[in-house]
Amino acid sequence: MKFPVPHDVKAKTIPGTEGWERMYPYQYQFVTDDPVRNQYEKETFWFYDGLHYPEPLYPFDTIWDEAWFLALSQYNNRIFMVPPVRGVDHRMINGYVYISPVPVKNPEEIGSRVPHFMERAGHYYKNWDALEAKWKVKMEATIRELEALEIPRLADMEDISVVTDALGESKGYHLLKNYDDLINLGIKCWQYHFEFLNLGYAAYVFFLDFAQKLFPSIPAQRVTQMISGIDVIMYQPDEELKKLAKRAIELGVDAAVCFSQEWTEVEAALKKLPKGVEWLTSLNLSREPWFQVSTGTGWFHHDRSWNDQMNVPLSGIQTYIQKVKQGVNIERPTEKVRAERDRITAEYRGLIEKPEDLKQFDELLGCAKTVFPYVENHLFYVEHWFHSVFWNKMREVGAIMKEHGVIADVEDIWLLRRDEIKQALWDVVTAWATGVTPRGTQTWPKEVEWRKGVMQKFKEWNAPPAIGTAPEVIQEPFTIVLWGVTNSSLADWAAVAEVKDPSTVKEFKGFAGSPGIVEGKARVCRTVDDIRLLQEGEILVAPTTSPSWAPAFAKIKACVTDVGGVMSHAAIVCREYGMPAVVGTGHATKIIQTGMMIRVDGSTGAITVSR
Amino acid sequence: MATAAKATRIDTASGAGQSSAPELCWFEEVCKEDVALVGGKCSSLGELINAGVRVPPGFALTTHGYARFMREAGVGGALPGMLEGLGHDDLDRLESASREIREMIEAHPFAWDLEDSIAEYYRKLSVRCMVPAVPVAVRSSATAEDLPGASFAGQQDTYLWIRGVDDLLHHARRCISSLFTARAIAYRIRMGFPHEDVALSVGFQKMANSYTAGVMFTLHPANGDRSVIAIDSNFGFGESVVSGEVTPDHFVVNKVALDILERTICSKEITYTVDARTQKSVKIETPFERQSVQSLIDDEIIELARMGKAIEKHYGRPMDIEWAVDKDLPAGGNIFILQARPETVWSEKRKAEEAAPGKATTAMDYILSSLLTGKKVS
Repeated sequence: MKFPVPHDVKAKTIPGTEGWERMYPYQYQFVTDDPVRNQYEKETFWFYDGLHYPEPLYPFDTIWDEAWFLALSQYNNRIFMVPPVRGVDHRMINGYVYISPVPVKNPEEIGSRVPHFMERAGHYYKNWDALEAKWKVKMEATIRELEALEIPRLADMEDISVVTDALGESKGYHLLKNYDDLINLGIKCWQYHFEFLNLGYAAYVFFLDFAQKLFPSIPAQRVTQMISGIDVIMYQPDEELKKLAKRAIELGVDAAVCFSQEWTEVEAALKKLPKGVEWLTSLNLSREPWFQVSTGTGWFHHDRSWNDQMNVPLSGIQTYIQKVKQGVNIERPTEKVRAERDRITAEYRGLIEKPEDLKQFDELLGCAKTVFPYVENHLFYVEHWFHSVFWNKMREVGAIMKEHGVIADVEDIWLLRRDEIKQALWDVVTAWATGVTPRGTQTWPKEVEWRKGVMQKFKEWNAPPAIGTAPEVIQEPFTIVLWGVTNSSLADWAAVAEVKDPSTVKEFKGFAGSPGIVEGKARVCRTVDDIRLLQEGEILVAPTTSPSWAPAFAKIKACVTDVGGVMSHAAIVCREYGMPAVVGTGHATKIIQTGMMIRVDGSTGAITVSR
Repeated sequence: MATAAKATRIDTASGAGQSSAPELCWFEEVCKEDVALVGGKCSSLGELINAGVRVPPGFALTTHGYARFMREAGVGGALPGMLEGLGHDDLDRLESASREIREMIEAHPFAWDLEDSIAEYYRKLSVRCMVPAVPVAVRSSATAEDLPGASFAGQQDTYLWIRGVDDLLHHARRCISSLFTARAIAYRIRMGFPHEDVALSVGFQKMANSYTAGVMFTLHPANGDRSVIAIDSNFGFGESVVSGEVTPDHFVVNKVALDILERTICSKEITYTVDARTQKSVKIETPFERQSVQSLIDDEIIELARMGKAIEKHYGRPMDIEWAVDKDLPAGGNIFILQARPETVWSEKRKAEEAAPGKATTAMDYILSSLLTGKKVS
């Protein structure tokens, strides 16, 4: 398999984007002026992280990439001493992130890392539940701290209490300090994010590996089915909507809840009804923290939470109210799912012939079951709850920058790197203290406009799935399980790159996410807002789905996504509802248009489009 | 009936015990312990029926019936004289002895009461199938099929699309006479197996009028994966698949979840079907437009897999199964199992592996060793 040389790809600068490199950290660049680094970059295999970044990164949003660059790598390489791998290196071309696992090449060094790994990883595996309970406490404390963090406005005259309390500090200083605190909390949260994840994935991937050794044809979704948790908190936001739907019917306010698609109108109507107020109280209890769930993956500033977009959960509640009134059971079929999980596990166990294989299977299954709830639950704490609060704190920072004229709109803040924001805040604060105009009022707005144009051009660019030199062996567990880098996926990526005109594609493939075959009308929903357009029995086609999309699954009969593996939200939910899903197709939302008849084969991952 | 089969050696000379032993029986009256009575093939069909598997109905001429026929045809008594001093490599004499014995068998009528019994069973079978003079497959069912090199038993003899009592009787005699081909005689001489100890049963089974037919393995033939069922199918009778004359459609079904994992639709150029005039199986060229059409619908694939799973469970081991979808019957009751025998290739391999078992380790050790090995990508 042959892939392009990274530096050749980068050298073809998109006209009008010259100088784009300044939008991102300098260490993310492929270089030509450093022969040693250049050689390393050429000999290394880099693959586009389309799983996390379906679109180019905004300069500020690069924060999470840097955060996991550090966190994943340190846990592999410096904390757990995973014997054959160091961290995962990062680069960027035209706003798209390329990553590469770094192996330990010297066999002696690998050997010397083994005892440390056994001790360190062993400690976590052995004490998993107790350590995970500690993790929850740390994580919740971090979120509380974030919520309490004040982003102060700069008054013309400081409050008298500064004097009477002899505080000795100004709001200007607080703004600078609290911005730093905000960033540091974010980085800390991502330290925690990876505390268990590397080991969790390792346990999962090698259970999968062993199951595939015993049963070469076993679909990954079946392995996941054997270990996936039933009571994961990822389902809780959706459960809250169901609860609220039932509560509305109980209180007799369901008509009021359903009378408009606009939350503000519904809320105003409810406030006039005594029972409506009671329902609103229940709603407020649900909102913290469950409505902090993001409408996207949570990785990007534009992924707003339900709390930010109340029309989204409202539409979900309305769907459930209708279902309940039609006499449809909206409860998750938990018992059924559990019974099916146990049946599948027992049947596979029954097919294992050698007792020592059975013992190994049980051993690995037990380990995978222990680690798996974390693998699912951390998402809500970090990517959803923490991030939702974090993005809004950043908007408060943006509001202050706008107030002082360094940016034209709050949302312009995302076009600055986080260290540029810090500089701009110094500019603002010193000018405020001094009583002069910040220099940035003349420089940033122009730069932001230019960057917006660059981002638009980046979005239209097609990032090659892989560049550099393919390795013979991959040992880094994330690379295998999360990004699914295998021989066949590389071949598929090479094929995807060749699709020139999406409107001619009749058949394409993704990962088999949930079994079954369904034919029906497609509905392309690019964002969660679009799910209100879904008609009963349509097939949902989406870039990716997240917990906030849950109400959509009550209406559809199959789901297709661009991004995600067998453990992605869409795959898990579809398995639970017993409907087919094909995930990680790469480009379903480009090929399929709303109204087209498509056939989804969730057992093989094939999509057929009738044209 | 298993008790009746306890008489392991059928004495062709004396006919002892024949009065209490049945000469004919329905498949459902026997089970896998009845090999000595009805041979391997018929006893396994009985076993399947009793396990709740849908098998085309039929009956067997038992080894008692066979023994009586041989005695009355005078073959039993004549054998020692005819074969005396014969060497297994004396081809000319073997051929002539074989011809003589076979003519003797094929020319001899069944006793009138035995003929009447066969006719009565056949009439009842036709009534059961709601087809007048129902077409049947007549096949020999040998008692020694499990012996190594069992082909001497002549179990390859199968006559399809046989209708009417006279034809049934004629082909039954042909099955019996196939025990005395030159090759079979030579084989027994070489193995020191007494000719008079040979016993045979003849099965008469309703022909499945198959729209589609084929074979099914309850493991993956390519890698031995026991979690799948592999199905090969083509339109018409299963002969085209069994003989390898076509590249059949190929399906792989997950045994646990019963969903279709792989589906390969091939261009199937020939079909075996029944000639309406002669009522015989004929090979025809499949119309071009139909060649690449999926020969089994998904519901049938799943139903077959379900049956395969049940059969495997009953026998407690991977199985090799022949099946057919009957076009005379409505969906839901039209898939039939024609034959089921233990799968051998992978089972043998596994036995060999068991001599050197791997060792189970802790999850930690396994994760470590797997990390060290990594995943090959190119």
